[in-house]
Amino acid sequence: MTADDIELRGLAPQVLSVLVRRGADFATAEDAVQEALIRALSAWQDGAPSDPKGWLITVAWRAFIDLARSDAARRDRELRVEAEPPTALVPSADDTLRLYFLCAHPELTPSSAVALTLRAVGGLTTRQSARAYLVPEATMAQRISRAKRTVGRTGLDRPGDVRTVMRVLYLVFNEGYSGDVDLAAEAIRLTRQLAELAGDPEVDGLLALMLLHHARRPSRGRPDGGIVPLAEQDRSLWDTGLIAEGVAILQAALARDRMGEYQAQAAIAALHADAPRFEDTDWVQIVEWYDELLGFADTPVVRLNRAVAVGEADGAPAGLAALAEVDEDVPRRHAVAAHLHEKKGDLGLAAHLYAVAARNAPNLAERDHQTRQAARLNQLLRHRR
Amino acid sequence: MAKYLLLKHYRGGPAPVNDVPMDQWTPDELEAHFQFMRDFSARLEGTGEFVDGQALSPDGVWVRYDGEGRPPVTDGPFAETKDLIAGWMVIDVDSYERAIELAGELSAAPGARGEPIHEWLEVRPFLAEPPTVTE
Repeated sequence: MTADDIELRGLAPQVLSVLVRRGADFATAEDAVQEALIRALSAWQDGAPSDPKGWLITVAWRAFIDLARSDAARRDRELRVEAEPPTALVPSADDTLRLYFLCAHPELTPSSAVALTLRAVGGLTTRQSARAYLVPEATMAQRISRAKRTVGRTGLDRPGDVRTVMRVLYLVFNEGYSGDVDLAAEAIRLTRQLAELAGDPEVDGLLALMLLHHARRPSRGRPDGGIVPLAEQDRSLWDTGLIAEGVAILQAALARDRMGEYQAQAAIAALHADAPRFEDTDWVQIVEWYDELLGFADTPVVRLNRAVAVGEADGAPAGLAALAEVDEDVPRRHAVAAHLHEKKGDLGLAAHLYAVAARNAPNLAERDHQTRQAARLNQLLRHRR
Repeated sequence: MAKYLLLKHYRGGPAPVNDVPMDQWTPDELEAHFQFMRDFSARLEGTGEFVDGQALSPDGVWVRYDGEGRPPVTDGPFAETKDLIAGWMVIDVDSYERAIELAGELSAAPGARGEPIHEWLEVRPFLAEPPTVTE
């Protein structure tokens, strides 16, 4: 994917919102914008026009007229839209923001909201989304068109809000798979746009959170796809530019004194990013942020991660005490228990728990990692005998 | 969004309910069954949840390595079809509950006397890619 392609896609939501503002129905307008983006890719090969947005709006509007005409002919009805737009409307920030809300409408299932957001706001083709999510193109096409029907039916009166948009963007970011389309980078790009439009410190917090995690990406995976835990990551690989940007955005957001869960999560990520070595991590402050986070999102996952932090700040027994309050069924709970028991020196139990964690792992990289941990301890125990 | 494998066994599961062998069904009952299966995958394509599906021949054989320079050892096929897999479908759904719901619907495919076969389906989650945010 080229820089030009990304710049082009950045215009997609503005162009779409202009079409909708001119009276085009959302579903047809969205198809028309896709058409215009595809045409631009070939028409702009020798250089973009002087007014790329104007070009896209003109081409998309014509495509919309064609689509609406053939649609109208099919239904044997009068075409009610004018062939030429009444006035050359400038895309407004509010319209584009409303588009974000529409695509993350609460009536949509998470997968539909993701599919529609990536296409209508992100400007990705159906094929690109299908590849990124490893489903057939026909399946992704159906997901998108169903989502458009749902939104067309119920969406325009109650378009959702910024919370639902943030959840959808976080889902995209967290998908983790990076194939043809880099979903993490795409989520960051869309969150950046949203942050500019929304002026909401929580959106800034989400953007900071993404940047801070993205900065550590080069150190997080082994070449074979395995996981490198935080304690063992090569911190010289961390992207200091992204970290500085994330911290600056977070600080500006915190200064506005409207705390929320994404800002709290970003603060934790910033404290990790701030430590030159794992041993330098300010675990006491991290625990305090987890306590803050619990006030906004008291979830088993937050409690689990808090137990890890407590184990580092106050020692393994305190961590295990915190873990005792965490629901048994939470994914990765056995992995955390194993780690804390190892830290406490109970290697036999830890080895057993790592093996249980491997059996319950939700992904292959995690399973392999926990299996290695169990094998490491079992070998150590054999040598001791 | 998670992928699940729905495994259809020839005669797997704890206790069969309506397990008249297919060759004993009437032609109409068979047609109704095949139509149900086609409709089921077409419906999942329509909901954007279908990923892939295939039927498998029962003629399975076991194979293993038998040492340097020797051909692989084969065993079977066996007349016993209890453990054989008849086919599979991969779905991509929003929740575990949805996967269970769909497997339950698939298990209601009509069999003898047009009654649901109540066949046991095995539902196996895929090991996905690790998420970006873990701590």
